[in-house]
Amino acid sequence: MSSFFTSRLFFISLALVVVAATLPLYVSGYVLGLLTVAFYFGVFAMAWDLLFGFAGEVNFGPTFLIGVGAYTAGILNAQFGWSVYLCIVLGALASVIAGLVLALPALRVRGPYFGLTTLVAVLMLQNFIVVFADLTGGEIGLTIPDVITINAGANYWIALGFMTISAAILYGLSQSPIGLVLQASGQDPVQAGALGFNIVKHKLAAFIVSAFFSGLSGALLVFYFGTASVGTVVDVAVGVNVIVSAVLGGRRTVLGAALGAIFLIVAGEFLRPTGELATFIVSAVALLVVLFFPGGFLGAALSREARS
Amino acid sequence: MRAFQILIDGFAISALYALGATGFTLIFGVSGVLNLSHGAIMVAAAVAAWAAASVLNVGTYAGALIGVGVALLTAFATYFAVVKPIQDSRRIPNEEKEIFVLTGTLLWGIMIQELIAYFFTNNAKTVLPIVEGVVEILGVRTPKNEIFTAIVCCLVIALLWLLVNRTRTGKAVLAASMNPRGVTLLGLELTNIYIVVWGIYGILAGIAGVLLGMFLGVSSYSVGPLTASAFSIVVLGGLGSVSGSLIAAFVVGYLETLTAYLVSPAYRTIPALLLLVFVMYIRPQGLLGRR
Repeated sequence: MSSFFTSRLFFISLALVVVAATLPLYVSGYVLGLLTVAFYFGVFAMAWDLLFGFAGEVNFGPTFLIGVGAYTAGILNAQFGWSVYLCIVLGALASVIAGLVLALPALRVRGPYFGLTTLVAVLMLQNFIVVFADLTGGEIGLTIPDVITINAGANYWIALGFMTISAAILYGLSQSPIGLVLQASGQDPVQAGALGFNIVKHKLAAFIVSAFFSGLSGALLVFYFGTASVGTVVDVAVGVNVIVSAVLGGRRTVLGAALGAIFLIVAGEFLRPTGELATFIVSAVALLVVLFFPGGFLGAALSREARS
Repeated sequence: MRAFQILIDGFAISALYALGATGFTLIFGVSGVLNLSHGAIMVAAAVAAWAAASVLNVGTYAGALIGVGVALLTAFATYFAVVKPIQDSRRIPNEEKEIFVLTGTLLWGIMIQELIAYFFTNNAKTVLPIVEGVVEILGVRTPKNEIFTAIVCCLVIALLWLLVNRTRTGKAVLAASMNPRGVTLLGLELTNIYIVVWGIYGILAGIAGVLLGMFLGVSSYSVGPLTASAFSIVVLGGLGSVSGSLIAAFVVGYLETLTAYLVSPAYRTIPALLLLVFVMYIRPQGLLGRR
């Protein structure tokens, strides 16, 4: 761990965060708004990478955790008028409970079977939101009366700070002994168990941490948008973007996932003039990366450094 | 009266589900590939058939043939451009190939979906049916097209059964699904078997897509739900088990129809999802899974 603070990766990350923190001084509110969303998305992708890259759980439903956190916070604020910060904390807690619910099948089924279970969880949540439209706002979405702040710069700094702290915690966890045990149990659960590690306990911990950050980020995003809707925090397509971000940036790197998410959102915006072809181009680029640089951006960069 | 209606409607939709899921499970059984571009290939077939019949005016039969042909080409493109490079790649560790194939085919499916939306818009398209008109069965007014769909589905599945169990190629495919290494030791080229399977898959998905286009209509938004329904039917039946998928298709098809008629069309998919979760808990390998 101490070697990390002297590694090149640490200094590059630090420099990037410092540069990013000065952005509100000279770029437009439009760019800040875009990056704010990208930073929250980065946390989604990092939390997903902890589950997939380390615990080896193919979670097709990152939006189940995100959506539960986002909607809990949104509903408590919009329907009961609780204060913003309480709602955010409760949203994250609800997401942790959702993570435990998701972890139950993960302890029984593996691979594609677990993948489908998570996908079903998302579809169930989506159905729930549509059916209980009185509470959730249904397909139109839920309008949220309170926001954290309306200052674009402040929102940007909150998102950046949140992402940096999350990245530090998640990266630290992934490099710690816990991360190694998770990686071992993801690759060969029987052998890891034979070595005396409690796999169930470690996997549950991974689900709880991943769910906590997903839910927290989802709740913050809702209070940034001022609305919670299926299309922004629950839809399977959003989950696909989270997965693509993590694979694009480099699975099992945690930090790469955030880079992938920022790339995906900024690239989508740059390609807006191409109209409906934007998604096509982003998907094609992502597919090429998957085929030719399976390690992702950060994976490719790190392996080059390791070689030289 | 209503019971007959549910019976007839449920049969048609179940047969369609069965056809769509069969190819999907066949590929998984033989090569361990879960093809998440499945829905996109079905929609591509339906949209091609629609475009050929309604825009180019080639007639309904030629249109349907063109649709199936497009699905066949897309299936081969999926195999050669996405699945094979990942399977052959040395940079991807073997235990991670599964997730790479999932991500790769998912992205490929999105690309197909976006291209369809770009060239043919997002609007729903209904393929001109090959047979028109309605008949009365047991007091239920049923479109002839619905009966046609059910018959074609059953015929194709029967043909598939004959192909797999009665021909030399089919037996090679069956053997590959049981033990790939054993097949190569007998001197058969595994890649050739994969090409045959992807060919069969393309034709099945194409027929299912065109029939779906005639029966319910499709749009580029149907891609995700179609993939998800095939995926859940196949997992419910047991991955790789064709007979399991057939049973699961009828269970899901009838459950959805029952809910739509007796409760509300809005809740259509919920009981099937609940059943899926339930089966996952008590029998993780699915109804007829081998694991």
